[in-house]
Amino acid sequence: MSGTTLIGVDVGGTFTDIFVLDAATGRAEVAKVPTSRPDQSAGFLAGIAQRVSDLGTVATVVHGTTAGTNALLERKGARIGIITTAGFRDVLEMRRRDRPRTWGLRGDFTPVVSRDLRLEVAERTLADGTVHTPVDLNAVRAAGQALLDQGCLAVAVLFVNAYANPANEQAAVAALREIWPNPHVASSSEILPEIREFERFSTTALNAYLQPEVAGYLSRLEQALKSKGFGGEFLIVQSNGGVMAVETACRLPVRTALSGPAAGVIAAAYIAQTAGFPDIITGDMGGTSFDVALIAGGQAALAAQTAVDFGMVVRVPMIEITTIGAGGGSIAWVDKGGLLNIGPESAGSDPGPVAYARGNTRPTVTDANIVLGRIDPDRPIGGGRLDVAAARAAIDAHVGGPLGLGTEEAAEAIIRVANSRMAGAIRLVSIERGHDPKHFAFMPFGGGGALHAGAMLAEVGLSRAIVPRYPGVTSAMGCVIADMRADFVQTVNQPTAAADGAALAALIEDHLAEGQGMLAASGGAFAARVVTVELDMAYVGQTHTVSVPLPVTILAQDKVTPPTPDAITAAFEAAYQRVFGRLLPGGVSRILNLRTAVIGQRPKFDLATLAPTTSGPVVPRATRRVHLGGAWCDAAIHDRLALPVGTVIRGPAVLEQPDTTILVEPGLIGTVDSYGNVILTREDGDDT
Amino acid sequence: MIDPITLAVLAGRMEQIADEMDATLFRSAFNPIIAEAHDASHGLYHATTGDTLVQGKSGLPIFVGVMAFAVKAVIDKAARDGDLAEGDVYIFNDAHIGGTHLSDMRLVRPYFHQGQLFCYLASVGHWHDMGGAVPGNYNPRATEVFQEAFVLPPVKVMRAGVVQQDVIDIILRNTRLPASAQGDLNGQLSALDLGVRRMDGLLAEYGGATVRAALDALSDRAEALIRAEVAALPDGRWEATDYLDNDGITDVALPITVALTVAGDRLTLDFTGTAGATAGPVNISKGTAIAAVYVAIKHIFPGLPANAGVMRPLDIVVPERSLLAAEFPAPTGGYTETILRMIDVIFAAMAQAAPDLVVANAYGTINALSLAGYRRDGRRWVMFSFYGGGHGGSLAGDGLNHGNAPISTATIPPVEILESAYPVMFRQWALRPDSGGAGTQRGGLGAVYEIELLEDSAEVFLFGERGRHAPKGAAGGGDAALNRFSYSQGDDWATPAMVSKGTGMRLARGDAVRLETPGGGGYGPASARDPAAVARDVALGLVTEQAADAAYGTAWRESVA
Repeated sequence: MSGTTLIGVDVGGTFTDIFVLDAATGRAEVAKVPTSRPDQSAGFLAGIAQRVSDLGTVATVVHGTTAGTNALLERKGARIGIITTAGFRDVLEMRRRDRPRTWGLRGDFTPVVSRDLRLEVAERTLADGTVHTPVDLNAVRAAGQALLDQGCLAVAVLFVNAYANPANEQAAVAALREIWPNPHVASSSEILPEIREFERFSTTALNAYLQPEVAGYLSRLEQALKSKGFGGEFLIVQSNGGVMAVETACRLPVRTALSGPAAGVIAAAYIAQTAGFPDIITGDMGGTSFDVALIAGGQAALAAQTAVDFGMVVRVPMIEITTIGAGGGSIAWVDKGGLLNIGPESAGSDPGPVAYARGNTRPTVTDANIVLGRIDPDRPIGGGRLDVAAARAAIDAHVGGPLGLGTEEAAEAIIRVANSRMAGAIRLVSIERGHDPKHFAFMPFGGGGALHAGAMLAEVGLSRAIVPRYPGVTSAMGCVIADMRADFVQTVNQPTAAADGAALAALIEDHLAEGQGMLAASGGAFAARVVTVELDMAYVGQTHTVSVPLPVTILAQDKVTPPTPDAITAAFEAAYQRVFGRLLPGGVSRILNLRTAVIGQRPKFDLATLAPTTSGPVVPRATRRVHLGGAWCDAAIHDRLALPVGTVIRGPAVLEQPDTTILVEPGLIGTVDSYGNVILTREDGDDT
Repeated sequence: MIDPITLAVLAGRMEQIADEMDATLFRSAFNPIIAEAHDASHGLYHATTGDTLVQGKSGLPIFVGVMAFAVKAVIDKAARDGDLAEGDVYIFNDAHIGGTHLSDMRLVRPYFHQGQLFCYLASVGHWHDMGGAVPGNYNPRATEVFQEAFVLPPVKVMRAGVVQQDVIDIILRNTRLPASAQGDLNGQLSALDLGVRRMDGLLAEYGGATVRAALDALSDRAEALIRAEVAALPDGRWEATDYLDNDGITDVALPITVALTVAGDRLTLDFTGTAGATAGPVNISKGTAIAAVYVAIKHIFPGLPANAGVMRPLDIVVPERSLLAAEFPAPTGGYTETILRMIDVIFAAMAQAAPDLVVANAYGTINALSLAGYRRDGRRWVMFSFYGGGHGGSLAGDGLNHGNAPISTATIPPVEILESAYPVMFRQWALRPDSGGAGTQRGGLGAVYEIELLEDSAEVFLFGERGRHAPKGAAGGGDAALNRFSYSQGDDWATPAMVSKGTGMRLARGDAVRLETPGGGGYGPASARDPAAVARDVALGLVTEQAADAAYGTAWRESVA
């Protein structure tokens, strides 16, 4: 490895963001270029080239990618086949017997593997791991050949109860490897050895579906980087907010399903913790949605699975992100009953708001912000000029007229209802999960969030908002910050009283060995290694499990002291008490799954290097008429990036920078902290 | 008159309170019927009429309408007793006054603001077992509610904030699963506590007058919405009749009939002609019938909100002493089958009035199937689940394969969870070819489930329907396949005398049960289906060649899938 430069690259739907850090000098630079389509690698390389001329000086490139997400949403993965237990070819199509929407009964579902490419073979394992019928390997070979003849590029082996005993799956995979011309052969017990066949099969099939696409894309990128002299490590961000080596990503592309947003949350956690606020709620306002995540004690909450789309279940640990359809492009409309609604329909970024004059005529949240003077029509994000008159006309026609409101009143109504929906999403992740919002700060990122930060403080009772210095490239910065992480799961499914401590220790040791191997193979330098072990446990008869942190002692050579049933029971009761506030007297508990995470902590950079170096008196660049609280007032307009550390600005004011606009409402104070963040607090706040 | 902005904000806030009550119970409930299948619901109800004001989005669709009757029963009881107090919580499961069936435990709590009754909060959840002759309370042979479950009329489980342990003791002594019942009761009480806290916060922020004005305005606007939808329908009268197989006691088909009349912005649904109350448990109470109408209407107009304003322009005629207005102590355990058929006939009638709006019939039966026995060590086991089927075709496209019932949002447990908990092995878990009705848009497919017994013996209970009367197509589409149930006895297969219902069928080791569920009805004439779509269905094995020829002709054979 050579050089001291770290590069984070986040490829989003519209823009590719680059964050370049020279670890030796602490100097950071950002760049934003249009995302190239269909091959994102052109934009990726063009963005890096804007800031770094010699890739030989680069130690690490970390990539947050939406390639996997897009391939899933747009159904643009590879033609693949599956080989499954006789009687079960339709599991992927039958799902868990759900439906797309509660009301209306419309909508059907097309799985990523069509029925003629789902082949059955004789084999059966029982729930206790006993092989009831050995796998018919001749049938497996014949099925594999049939799938090859059909043009399949990858194959997944999906056998019932393989989590309890992978022998039949392993034998089938070995037989397939003899005839399969590429590495894209995988079994469900390799990808996710966890009970629940639909979730395991879906995750494994979607992994296979992504493998040829994502592996091809990442290999092209890696080759292109190398051809330009890059000799460092190339890492990919996973949905869990950690990074993995590019080889791992090619094998497990399904772990990138939420790569982009995850990196943003990781950066937010680090920025906020550095600024002294370990408890935050992030709000990423994009064109079509508002994405919220909660970080407590510097740690983002993880979800066990998500549905990328109806029936497209991915069960891998991922940063828990709650999404509502209230973005800048969300359309405001009045229903037949006379009620004002925001979204879920959205004009997105193309055609975008009415004021963009690209063909949309229905008013959006951004149009309301423009009409109210909160966004400068002459200097919008992305350049150009905005058509304010068109935005006003659309608001009059679709909202003001039906509700009998003037233009500004109608625009304020749109903002209030949008704020209320965003506040609802924040309540959902905080108050509804037992967190007191008073202890949390709000961190907006993405282009539009900082216009609504004051409203979030007022509506939810959050203590303050932190607007990071570069909110538009938070995800790219997160790439540079994220730790390396490998997650493992194994279904155990036994009563706690009968728990086999030695067997559990052996499983943990296997996970450790594989995880440490992945860290070592990446060639990266780590500040520290952390291992967490958790058990999914419940009382017998209960279906929702609680996550039980298991204290294990790791000895030399990564040997683990076997946990005792008593210690496990004690850990379960402590965790259960914390979640539900009471135990079940006389209840019998059981262990469903073992989860291990092996984390290699990467060296962090000093955020203070991003702080402004300006000094001297603060003079507004201009004043502008802004509609706030029912009236027009004159607001000071500042160039945000030029504000020195320690600047205090009282509302009403607007702080502008190329990738975001911060609204400081009357009654709010904005302070530039020593890292260049703008901290918004209430003037009457008692907790600053 | 409340301003439109505050109204929009309060609408979202109150819906969130109900949603949060749902989430509280789902998280803490012990029994999987609530925790996984979400067979529960919460909402805010009118202080004097009991009408639904706001209801959570995540609860079971059928409860949206039926809870108003449960709250009204408490209002009447409190008026008789004259002792309503802040901190009271009523509990009951009596289906004849609260709707649905005895498994659903309802908790109703008056909410006071500044010493005045402001509204009611209520919670309903399906408990695992409430006594009666059959574990789990699905007793197809019941002829009185007493054989279904323990019947509890509205009584106070909390009196001015004080827990009435006597009442809890009575309840827990009348269930086979007291720990589960205690867990669910705690969860429902917690959900109501949370509702009170959230309402306190909301009223402190906005004031009672504003919130009340918002509630009134939301009902008015719901009424305006449905009037606008109904006014857009052509005036006229349309009828539809469909049948239940039998009541589980006597093998006689039971007609359910609706006449739908549109006159301007009013809609009349008249169920005159429907069979009389039955000895067996396919009866429902009048409240359940009205709630079923609401479910059907909201499926036709999905944008309608969950409040009672929707019901104002509807005239619903339920004949006295019919099986849709059964009186105590007629058994009601199989209410799901009856309301599914009500929804089917409403769809069938509406399909004649406005075919564009309607989806063809879904599979129309929940197929409550249980296998029960004793393990070698003497422990009792009961595997109880509902099974899926196809949804109907519509203008939007083919019907969904293997969906859940229109009255429910429940998911099915995974095979691997069932096999790890019970001594069974699924031989098949697959789509059922040819089960969807033919049509321009084909009905979705039902499923085949074949389950082998791995213990020495077991007993089988089934409560299903659609064994003799198939789910109907719409707008000229074909009917779906019938529900079919069989069980093996050594080398032979047998079927129950009541076709879709049976009790005490005995299996020995290696025997199996086989359930083949209906798909959904087709939409539009089969002759208009794109031959390439038919060819694709055949290539994928969703439709067999013979069935394709019979339904669609042979044009598909010339087409490329």
